[in-house]
Amino acid sequence: MRKVFSKPNSMKDTVTHYCPGCGHGIVHRIICEVIDELGIREKVIGIAPVGCAVLAYDYWDFDVTEAAHGRVPAVATGIKRVNPENIVFGYQGDGDLAAIGTAETVHAANRGENITIIFVNNAVYGMTGGQMAPTTILNQKTSTTPLGRDRKTHGFPLKVCELLSVLPGVSYAERVSVHSPAHVLKAKKAIKKSFQNQIDGFDFSVVEVLSPCPTYLGMTPEKAVKWIDETMSKVYPLGRFKDRGKE
Amino acid sequence: MPKIEINRERCKGCGLCVLYCPKSCIKQGASVNGKGVFPVMFADKSKACTGCSFCAIICPDTCIEVYK
Amino acid sequence: MAKKILMCGNEVLAEAAIIAGCRFYAGYPITPQNELPAYMSKRMPEVGGIFIQAESEISAINMVFGASLRGARAMTSSSSPGISLKQEGISYLAGCELPALIVNIMRGGPGLGNIAPSQSDYFQATRGGGHGDYRQIVLAPASLQEIADLTMLSFDLADKYRTPVMILGDGILGQMMEPVELASRLETQDSRQKKDWILDGCKGRKPRIIRSLLLGKGELEELNNRLQRRYKEIKDKEVRCEILYGDDSDVMLVAYGTTSRICSNVVKDLRARGKKVGLVRPVSLWPFPEKQLKELAERVKSFLVVEMSCGQMIEDVKLSIECKRPVHFYGRSGGEVPAEDEIIREVEKIA
Repeated sequence: MRKVFSKPNSMKDTVTHYCPGCGHGIVHRIICEVIDELGIREKVIGIAPVGCAVLAYDYWDFDVTEAAHGRVPAVATGIKRVNPENIVFGYQGDGDLAAIGTAETVHAANRGENITIIFVNNAVYGMTGGQMAPTTILNQKTSTTPLGRDRKTHGFPLKVCELLSVLPGVSYAERVSVHSPAHVLKAKKAIKKSFQNQIDGFDFSVVEVLSPCPTYLGMTPEKAVKWIDETMSKVYPLGRFKDRGKE
Repeated sequence: MPKIEINRERCKGCGLCVLYCPKSCIKQGASVNGKGVFPVMFADKSKACTGCSFCAIICPDTCIEVYK
Repeated sequence: MAKKILMCGNEVLAEAAIIAGCRFYAGYPITPQNELPAYMSKRMPEVGGIFIQAESEISAINMVFGASLRGARAMTSSSSPGISLKQEGISYLAGCELPALIVNIMRGGPGLGNIAPSQSDYFQATRGGGHGDYRQIVLAPASLQEIADLTMLSFDLADKYRTPVMILGDGILGQMMEPVELASRLETQDSRQKKDWILDGCKGRKPRIIRSLLLGKGELEELNNRLQRRYKEIKDKEVRCEILYGDDSDVMLVAYGTTSRICSNVVKDLRARGKKVGLVRPVSLWPFPEKQLKELAERVKSFLVVEMSCGQMIEDVKLSIECKRPVHFYGRSGGEVPAEDEIIREVEKIA
């Protein structure tokens, strides 16, 4: 009998600190699978954000640093420009990328930095205790939108892939999800492409991953994945927004 | 005969593998692990497991190894 | 004998950085330091280096963070309001023990202030500026030759102690022109240490992590203790200051940067009139020349601190001499520069 599925080599044995049913563990793993498959572990430099994924370096078995809140794309720019041979990727949550770090994100994308950004969107702030994220959907209750997100008070959910895909420096923007095995496989394909693009010198690639946060959605893991399928992915439609290849 | 091995101590009992197993080979366990949660268990009485790996693919905690 | 060239202070600083092996510059335009990024944008490509005009000072300092952890000699520059924005990044550089040069060509504040020269960021520079228990080496040049020399030195110090270093100048030093000798300083490139802590991909070694989040029990205190030991070593070894007439002065002026140049003229004039006046010019503002001032306090009757601020360095002077002698102050702020005769009047009031 042959082992057909096991932990990727680029992933450490450490048990994650994530809550049961949290999507971060899946995204961490598929990034490691992609790094193994592309044979780039010894060239990769990952950048962890501020947010739940700040401890990603405890789970990834390659060089990793940690940026100040929102500054991942700027740090990635510095690393990649100094040595373009390194494969540099940033891992960011919705607060890190789409709130405090919006300027860094938009400008790294607009400069066409040859980096990969994995954007984990779970529509809520996890680490600080379930507050509204820029991607919280209308009427969604969080600890700072107790009556639900109201557009007059809190504005609209921010659509990152749609926003970034209009920038000429962006080569690739795709929104995927990890709420079912089939979606995880598609997400992995997109992440693999975003790394391959960087290897091929295609400029900025971003993959937005819809990911369950059962704890702060106030749902069981089962209901959380169902919520992504039936509600969240209607606000954030899955699919490829841009794939221009090399310019 | 395809089978899976579940690392009981890593498992947080989220149950996503139970939800997505197309052959209903996995069920919520009845005994607690060191974390104090009920890890899932492989209960493939009718030898229905095909080794499709859906359970391992959706597992957020990399608890499952699949053999075929 | 290397030939002397005529450049403005901001350009001298940029060229000196390149000679010192700096190959990464990121910054955001702000007056009065704009000649520096403009020079870098032209020179960096010629030497195979990187110049990035960032979208903000915040982004620029974080680009420097990335370049530094990848092993490059990296720098950014700005002026007062922009330096305020960089404080978060500087704290992270200190927490991650990353070397970098940050240049502050000071202008008047608070707020947007004005674009005239000032020395009102002394507290911010010498106390750390950002959050947390950290220090940065702060060097204050008073001439263009010293800008060149201290810029080169600052990269060596940053690498040696794995710490951010700040050059604290002002709008006059940035804009003025003086002949400078640059070429003889090439040896600083050889003094570069091998960096065995950078992230460059884990080929043939265990993966490395560069971070400042330390949640484990005692981990953060361990970092702080390590930093404090390093700061002590810096205080022991890296104090730099110049003293004029330390042996026989009744009144000691204390000034750095542009104001020290004015004060040295004051000393010259008053000495010609037989007045026993001297000058202490701290070159390193942190570490501060505490011992030198304490020794002087045994002989000198009083001190007069002159600053282009409402009184910041005066606190370090008082602390250094443990208030053993009267410490007077004369300062101008808001972009006004103290004139020689104004300072002479102050000295005459005391002596």
